[in-house]
Amino acid sequence: MRCMNFIVSLIAVILLMVIAAVGAQVGLGYLLGVIIPYVAIVVFIVGVVAKILSWAKIPVPFHIPTTCGQQKSLPWIKSSRFESPHSTLGVIGRMLLEVLTFRSLFRNTKMDIKQGPHLVYGSSKFLWLGAMAFHWSFLIVFLRHFKFFAEPVPSWVMMLQELDGFFQVGLPIIYLTNILILASLLYLLLRRLLEPRIRYISLASDYFPLLLLIGIAGTGVWMRYFGKIDIVSVKELATGIVTFNPPGSEVLASIDWLFYMHLLLVSVLFIYFPFSKLMHLGGVFLSPTRNLANNSRVKRHVNPWDYPVKLHTYEEWEDEFRPLMKAAGLPLEKEEE
Amino acid sequence: MAEEKLKPEQLTQIDYNPPSKGWMDTKPEFRKGTFNYIANPESSKYVDFPYPRKFIPSDEDWKLPDNWQQIIHEGFKERLKKYRSLRIFMDVCVRCGACADKCHYFIGSGDPKNMPVLRAELLRSVYKNDFTKLGRILGKLSGARPMDEDVLKEWFYYFFQCTECRRCSVFCPYGIDTAEITMMARELLNLVGLNIDWITTPVANCFRTGNHLGIQPHGFADSIEFAVDELEELTGIKVDAPINRKGAEILFVAPSADYFASPHYYTLLGYLCLFHEIGLDYTWSAYASEGGNFGLFHSAEAMKRLNNKIYAEAKRLGVKWILGGECGHMWRVLNQYMDTMNGPADFLEVPKSPLTGTVFENTRTTKMVHIAEFTADLLKHDKIKVDPSRNDHWTPTFHDSCNPARAMGLLEEPRYVLNKVSNNFHEMPEGTIREQTFCCGSGAGLGTDENLEMRLRGGMPRGNAVRYVQEKYGVNILLCMCAIDKATLPAVCDFWAPGTEVGGIHELVGNALIMKGEKRSTDLRGEETPAFAPPSEDGGEDSETTVESASSGKGGE
Repeated sequence: MRCMNFIVSLIAVILLMVIAAVGAQVGLGYLLGVIIPYVAIVVFIVGVVAKILSWAKIPVPFHIPTTCGQQKSLPWIKSSRFESPHSTLGVIGRMLLEVLTFRSLFRNTKMDIKQGPHLVYGSSKFLWLGAMAFHWSFLIVFLRHFKFFAEPVPSWVMMLQELDGFFQVGLPIIYLTNILILASLLYLLLRRLLEPRIRYISLASDYFPLLLLIGIAGTGVWMRYFGKIDIVSVKELATGIVTFNPPGSEVLASIDWLFYMHLLLVSVLFIYFPFSKLMHLGGVFLSPTRNLANNSRVKRHVNPWDYPVKLHTYEEWEDEFRPLMKAAGLPLEKEEE
Repeated sequence: MAEEKLKPEQLTQIDYNPPSKGWMDTKPEFRKGTFNYIANPESSKYVDFPYPRKFIPSDEDWKLPDNWQQIIHEGFKERLKKYRSLRIFMDVCVRCGACADKCHYFIGSGDPKNMPVLRAELLRSVYKNDFTKLGRILGKLSGARPMDEDVLKEWFYYFFQCTECRRCSVFCPYGIDTAEITMMARELLNLVGLNIDWITTPVANCFRTGNHLGIQPHGFADSIEFAVDELEELTGIKVDAPINRKGAEILFVAPSADYFASPHYYTLLGYLCLFHEIGLDYTWSAYASEGGNFGLFHSAEAMKRLNNKIYAEAKRLGVKWILGGECGHMWRVLNQYMDTMNGPADFLEVPKSPLTGTVFENTRTTKMVHIAEFTADLLKHDKIKVDPSRNDHWTPTFHDSCNPARAMGLLEEPRYVLNKVSNNFHEMPEGTIREQTFCCGSGAGLGTDENLEMRLRGGMPRGNAVRYVQEKYGVNILLCMCAIDKATLPAVCDFWAPGTEVGGIHELVGNALIMKGEKRSTDLRGEETPAFAPPSEDGGEDSETTVESASSGKGGE
């Protein structure tokens, strides 16, 4: 069944939400609010660091950048500084464009076959738009959450909030990123479900994080605009966690189950992160087709595990063909043995 | 043969929608025309490739060694420790699908496993099962599956349906390079003796004689001599083409097809014209008589074994630097692997053009210059005289070869040369050129007869773009700087854009080059064209004016 991967992921996320809701009702606040979040933070940090270190210690034997522009060769030919960088500075530029603007995804095209047959390649920016909207919104929403962790709220968080709510008149302020993150996640999910090719390649491990994020953003938005959450207690819990001084059971009990749902989903995301494709966050920086300069003819790249191989030397070669070479008048190193 | 049977209409009934069954539950069909034959055991033995044996991939029994699963597992493990690329590419794919319709084989076949993402998933599924905890726990849900014989056959089928062209890696947000994945998969397949003959036999030939075609030194000398004689007939000039000459300033290395296949041959004549006219102090080598390197399509080790000859020969001959001819994958090796594998070439000097004095700073460590760079520099400094109207019988377009485009960034040099030596150059549409260029469909060792259907399918995007400029601008020649292109694009053009010839940049350079003392009435293909026609009335005193009056005559038509 092709939707199996989706359904399994959906059930998993719903199950998590039910566990959180029930857990909150039956007094598992300490487990959901303190123990699991701590575990999640530790797993996330240790997991991500371990994963990146495990990548970093693997050698890069060969110099394999993908060049997407003109090389630097003759001085009068303009080279493409970021698409085919020849220096470290250029590589940094290329990486920044990749990480901040998703440069490669921006190139995306869509192939179509028309009568003829006639192949056409149109620009296709929706995936790029969806990805940009999601990642940037996620980052801003994440940063805005710092208001829960610090008292007084840092001024940069206030500024971010103001910018994010800039377009809104009236109360409560609707943050642009709240709309964007939900809309983009929904787009990314629908794309997976509706485009036959993308559905064909999608695994449960593709749907699960998407649904998890939709759950997180959904519960977050619900709490902010519709739910009645005891913000003071939530903040007490948040600051308590970061100061290693978690609050007592009265505070935990006074927080709504909706919050625990949000928190459990976030915790699961953190725990899931280092073991999943979400590590693309770290991997992109280490990708040898992107983070190496196109300068392999200028600077020698050393392969640490290089080993001697069996060769067919000139001498062996001449030994084999000497009479023929002599007859053809080719110069020889050695005359007849 | 197959070509006669196949018609474009047959190959364009493509359904891009995947089947209802999941990809783990479908098997490839080893149908004639879609797969390559297994390596001749004799060739495998010659270069010590493991488990040489005879069978046909469409056979049920592949005669695998008993412990093949263990061999693959251990080989995979070893490569995960040796290649950061492999590990990261296995770990970070999010299956966004941006690569899906970027592969020429997918465009030409509609087979979902030709989407780069699924091609990689064939390997990744085993990686997840064998090397990740989550994969072992979640199994199929996370895309993991154990290795079995069907998976292995699938690997063979699809990793020899990838030309390592790297087009998908241009579009991947993490730079996942299917070429890298295919290279690893082919190394693993080699461990259990699953090599194809079109790669293994050229590797064995090259290891033994110095070139893929297996031409022995006297045969090589004959070929070059033949070209020299023919050039004398065409131009009235006897050029010097020394072989294995010690003390030359420059060693010239070109793909072997240049001196043994057509239309490569006209490019060879072009080189010879150019080197003669500028009085280049150079030599060919019969030992390093191959610029290409089919080892690249087999394993890092095979690549290194073959590539070693170039520096070794440069050292033995005592040259100062190396010049390389028109070839695609050859330049991937020379640009990205040679110095690492067989350097440092500290016995050579940083290349300096003896005519312009230009120091090729971009080759400071490898000491090897691409001929397009060399010729562009000559033209820029007006060191050679060219008459572009001599190519007026051609309306060329230019096919960027995968490797010079995406593993080198050699984009402007050939265009600069082309614009200097011809008048009617037209680009193919955006999205099909430069870094987004489409493969000929036959690269990475797949340019043989038994998989012709797949080659033509893979060549469809390129052929289609050629037909577009053929209809729009009257393009009649597709120029390229790659021996595999020159060998395989004629079939692609005949099929998808009939009436288009294939040629090399230096063929047109050779046509346009005004040589002292030349007596030409034809281009390098021996065809009489108006530009080479003898002057009508007041005949010129020397060849140069002959040419000028001829060309102005053409211009007035």
